[in-house]
Amino acid sequence: MAAAPAPRGCGATSFQRKAAAGSRLAAVAGTRPSVRHGQLLLSSGLPSLDCVLGGGIAVGTLLLIEEDTYGLYSNLLFKYFLAEGVVCGHDLFVASAKEHPDNILKELPAPLLGDTYRNELREETTAVKSEEFQDAMKIAWRYQNLPKIETSPTTSTKFGHYYDVSKRMSPELFQSVKQHRFYLPEELSSQPEMKTWNMNSAYARLLQSIQRIIYQEGFDGSDPQKKQKTILRIGIQSLGSMMWGDDICSSDTPEDVHSLTKFLYVLRGLLRKSLSACIITVPAHLIQNKAIMERVTNLSDTVVGLESFIGSERETNPLYKDYHGLVHVHQIPRLNSLICDVSDTKDLAFRLKRKLFTIERLHLPPDLSDTVSRTSKQDLAEAAKLLSSGCGAMAIGKKHLDF
Amino acid sequence: RALRTNRVKEEATSQTVSKAGEGIKALAAPTQSRDFGWLPDSLRPDPGSQLCERGKFTLLRDTRTDGSFLVHHFLSFYLRAGCKVCFVALLQSFSHYNIVAQKLGVSLAAAKERGQLVFLEGLRSCLDLLFGEEEEQPAQPSPLQFISGSASDLRALFDFVRTSLTPSDSDSWKGPVLLVDDLSVLLGLGAAPVAVLDFIHYCRVTVCSRLQGNIVVLVHSNEDSEDEENELVVNALCHHSDLILWAEGLATGFCKDVHGQIKIIKRLSLELTGEQDQVQIYQYKIQDKNVTFFARGLSAAVL
Repeated sequence: MAAAPAPRGCGATSFQRKAAAGSRLAAVAGTRPSVRHGQLLLSSGLPSLDCVLGGGIAVGTLLLIEEDTYGLYSNLLFKYFLAEGVVCGHDLFVASAKEHPDNILKELPAPLLGDTYRNELREETTAVKSEEFQDAMKIAWRYQNLPKIETSPTTSTKFGHYYDVSKRMSPELFQSVKQHRFYLPEELSSQPEMKTWNMNSAYARLLQSIQRIIYQEGFDGSDPQKKQKTILRIGIQSLGSMMWGDDICSSDTPEDVHSLTKFLYVLRGLLRKSLSACIITVPAHLIQNKAIMERVTNLSDTVVGLESFIGSERETNPLYKDYHGLVHVHQIPRLNSLICDVSDTKDLAFRLKRKLFTIERLHLPPDLSDTVSRTSKQDLAEAAKLLSSGCGAMAIGKKHLDF
Repeated sequence: RALRTNRVKEEATSQTVSKAGEGIKALAAPTQSRDFGWLPDSLRPDPGSQLCERGKFTLLRDTRTDGSFLVHHFLSFYLRAGCKVCFVALLQSFSHYNIVAQKLGVSLAAAKERGQLVFLEGLRSCLDLLFGEEEEQPAQPSPLQFISGSASDLRALFDFVRTSLTPSDSDSWKGPVLLVDDLSVLLGLGAAPVAVLDFIHYCRVTVCSRLQGNIVVLVHSNEDSEDEENELVVNALCHHSDLILWAEGLATGFCKDVHGQIKIIKRLSLELTGEQDQVQIYQYKIQDKNVTFFARGLSAAVL
């Protein structure tokens, strides 16, 4: 339930259940309470991703995105998260070591409000639908009236918004939203030396900056004067990469193996005790030492991995011609409950249409060739391997059943 | 002791003979009790009875799945039994455990009030250590001192455990219990594997031998894990544990009706009577307020 400041002040965590549901919860814009665990949920900016994650991102949790090879699509998700914050009126905190946060904020996608989204969707699907109406089923006519299976998971539209990737968000929308920035080269030059707690100094500075913002703006409920409650959306780009001064991506035996995990632990503490949510993109494909990624996964709440087809042999594979990559949901948190909302669809793929980015259930086209050639058989086997791998919250099976 | 081992052997044989029958019987009469439905006796002894095991080290282990439901079970179980519990909760906040415990019928806040529960909220303690003001030097050093690098071992954490579980004169609780969720986090925070094993060793000497209490610890492990430090700690703990509860995800992948399988390993070989370890395997399904256990292949969805 909502994280209203408890009478004890700093002792409140964002996971406290409130006695009176309903009226006080709706006071925070852009959120809705979860049916499962009573936490407030935020939209990630992508309604299909919200569906897969069990309704949205819970306030006080961390969404970790494992970047795809060139970071294109993970950057897109990162911008969607921030854009959703602007549209909902949440405060933003953008941290980056490579690209200046101002440039990131300038490139947020424009929201599709009202009817424009429905028009977009209709354009995409009219081409397909007109053919379907023509052939009524002749053989399987009993199935004619069954409802069509939704390829893309959908939710009630009030909660999430859709964005047009080809257009930029207009600056007027930013006016009411407070944006905090952390650009590492600037921070390193301006701030004097501060205590680093045996951790990478860039991470230590970032933690101090986040803690300062949370405390000063009253997100942790320490200031009872603040009436207008809003959420702080924190976005950290490419954490763990060399630009942050960490060598886990460049060397097999890094100097300091513990900095990233310590950072995530302290960040978890900060998130849990404040009205905030965080998205972090990590170049997991560059990290040589897989033990670090295992620990990072254990210390994060939601972990989603993106695998794009760029540069791999799947790009030209006819099986995947509709999609641009795969989505792996590695972990979904169990909050305030013994169970979590796991989506039934484990095989997810994403595609970037002209203007929209969606996450859909992976559909392999039927194999209609007369002779099954070797290449397609190998792909089917790989696809079967995909189908047997599941979400880490419940179980992961590595062996695929070979019929 | 001979009586106990005979009884255990009887249980094992009767179960192998009529496993199918028992499974069906259990499912025919679904129990709605909060105490995890049909649970094998090894997990549900009454701490007040003479057959209760004291001074034991239980290891909770999970692979490919989340074994935290076992932590919630043991927490509510020991609190209901009237033991004094020291809970080192490193991974989640207090309200998370409180809400789940309320579903299982125990109030953590009330237990804290009456002094039955000593709760170390790792996340909050870490924040106090790193962002706390310099002037407020507490009398006791922070239990998680090793994070900021001022100490390289877990002595402060052990001192915290010792002071919370040492009984004072006014205490009337049945026996101290140390619960740790989860030990693998300490490795990520910079503690060396040897330091973690030392900490556990000191806790065992104090809690299990001297105070005749129990210890329950959760660790993560993976089959083909590359985290060698973690595997080292897990293997060492496995050798020293009296009871291992190993929650594994199904090898064939995700299933809606069977969330995993649990292996219960009773380390009878530690008692040096020439017996082998007793292994029992069940499958389980986690629901909102309890967990149902059943014999392998006999889930409600299949029958």
